[in-house]
Amino acid sequence: MKSIVIGVIGADVHAVGNKIIEYTLTNAGYNVVNIGVLSSQEDFINAAIETNASLIMVSSLYGHGEIDCRGMRDKCVEAGISDIPLYVGGNIVVGKQDFNEVKKRFEAMGFNRVYPPGTTIDTALADIKADLGE
Amino acid sequence: MPRYLLIDFGSTYTKLTAVGTDQGDILATASHPTTVASDISIGYLAALERLYERLGERVVFDETIACSSAAGGLKMAAIGLVEELTVEAARRVCLGAGAKVDLVFSHHMTKREVASLEQNKIDIVLLAGGADGGNTENVLYNLRMLGEANIRIPIIYAGNKSCQDDVQDLFDRYQLDGRITDNVMPKINQLHIGPAREAIRKLFLEKIIEAKGIKKIESQIDKVILPTPEAVLKAAELLSLGTLDEKGLGELAMVDIGGATTDFYSMSHPTRRGDVVLHGLEEPYAKRTVEGDLGMRWSATGVLKAMTSDEIRVFSDRMGVDLKEAFQHRHDHVDFLPQSEADHLVDALLARICLEKAINRHAGKMEEVYTPLGNVLNQTGKDLSHIEWVIGTGGPVIKSKDPLSILKHAAKRAELPFELRPEAPNYLLDKDYIMAAMGLLSQKDPLLALRIMKKRLIRLEPDEVHYGRT
Repeated sequence: MKSIVIGVIGADVHAVGNKIIEYTLTNAGYNVVNIGVLSSQEDFINAAIETNASLIMVSSLYGHGEIDCRGMRDKCVEAGISDIPLYVGGNIVVGKQDFNEVKKRFEAMGFNRVYPPGTTIDTALADIKADLGE
Repeated sequence: MPRYLLIDFGSTYTKLTAVGTDQGDILATASHPTTVASDISIGYLAALERLYERLGERVVFDETIACSSAAGGLKMAAIGLVEELTVEAARRVCLGAGAKVDLVFSHHMTKREVASLEQNKIDIVLLAGGADGGNTENVLYNLRMLGEANIRIPIIYAGNKSCQDDVQDLFDRYQLDGRITDNVMPKINQLHIGPAREAIRKLFLEKIIEAKGIKKIESQIDKVILPTPEAVLKAAELLSLGTLDEKGLGELAMVDIGGATTDFYSMSHPTRRGDVVLHGLEEPYAKRTVEGDLGMRWSATGVLKAMTSDEIRVFSDRMGVDLKEAFQHRHDHVDFLPQSEADHLVDALLARICLEKAINRHAGKMEEVYTPLGNVLNQTGKDLSHIEWVIGTGGPVIKSKDPLSILKHAAKRAELPFELRPEAPNYLLDKDYIMAAMGLLSQKDPLLALRIMKKRLIRLEPDEVHYGRT
């Protein structure tokens, strides 16, 4: 069973979507390691190392995602899990920005999948299956 | 009704406590310097003679049980994967089992780290790493390193369950003295102490006390059953929780300041609040931390290092004593006994700083996070705010002229609002030095042990009202 680390990054306490993601991924047959709200980059990475996770899925709902996610890929490299797929979704930036620009910025930061507001978890689930070769 | 002889083979003193079930109390206590270097029974028999004198007769005891921290105590190495997770879980298990954790390693071990195990005379290695179903590569790598180096130290494997079979194969292939138990962290942030602690105790009884020359005393007594710190932890837990017949004191903390280390115990739930977000590895109800750099003699220079230069200057000025010199002197002369009034004041200050630094490291921290949804409280570690009792034990506190003046520094300080220390505790003193003995007795007659502790721990009341918390 493949493990996926999920959680809500930064000073963000939105817990509802986090529970829905946990429910859906568990039903899809993954071992979901949910580190919950108010999590730091290090919390995600540490959990991924100990559980030998195949993927890290970061949620950010309060608009400060860009600040919270910066440098996360570099830390993965430092921690020896440089190739782990990083997903991010929610309301990851403030204001009405062109999402293609936002996506480019997050991809440049080392995120493999970047989702706009309103994406359902089923969309991401299809990507997970594709990326993990299932 | 049975009479018990309870023995603590300490690093310095062998302490005897006689308990009578009929009397429901301690009959007498006696002690003598520990003689583990030559023959442990010499010191024991000398202490026993003193005990007989005080009892006024040569009592035949129905049961004689002992705990030991002689010959350096139980020295362990804790090995894990990530520092904040399995390494910390392994460390906590060792401390909860009454061990001193002399070495701590994370990730892949190096040859130098492996060699340091034997150089530091480690008694038991606790090898962890990986949540169940998680990382196996790291523990197997580390185990091969231990095997290649032909390490003769007993190893307890308490890592990822999924590779237990591979671990057993490596134990066999390298002929390591290994045993396998449950994972100390089966899921992220979940602490699983019981089985690993039990494995440590079993190994302690089977091998360690023999290797340290303590086992031979078993021809004269019934059994050595616990490492001393674990006995103390059990006593504190019993005193807090009580038994089905009698209530305990509720949440409490205890500090044991010694010459080389300061032990801090807390018996409390991680938090009583519903409005905080808890972070980090799960906290146990009964928690022990040991500060190897904080102590009254061997570690007096460690206390200096733990102080800021400002603290050293302010205290030196206030007391008119060069603290650097005074602490160094205690480190260089570990059998130093305070003579003058100034000596006593310096010792009291030293004890106070040991306590302050130890509780600073033991107590949880609260951080206020500003989010778009309002302020949120983020807590790491244990919240000791509602602890009702703080108990002082260990020579320096018990023998102090004014134990309360030391112990009161455990309380919350206005200038450190985010340290979750006890807000308004009451203070107790273990003046007869009975906690280890009561931990032993709790294994035979918990209700009796509880009642004796309630009777013998004395309440310290301030003789004047203090308005400040200085």
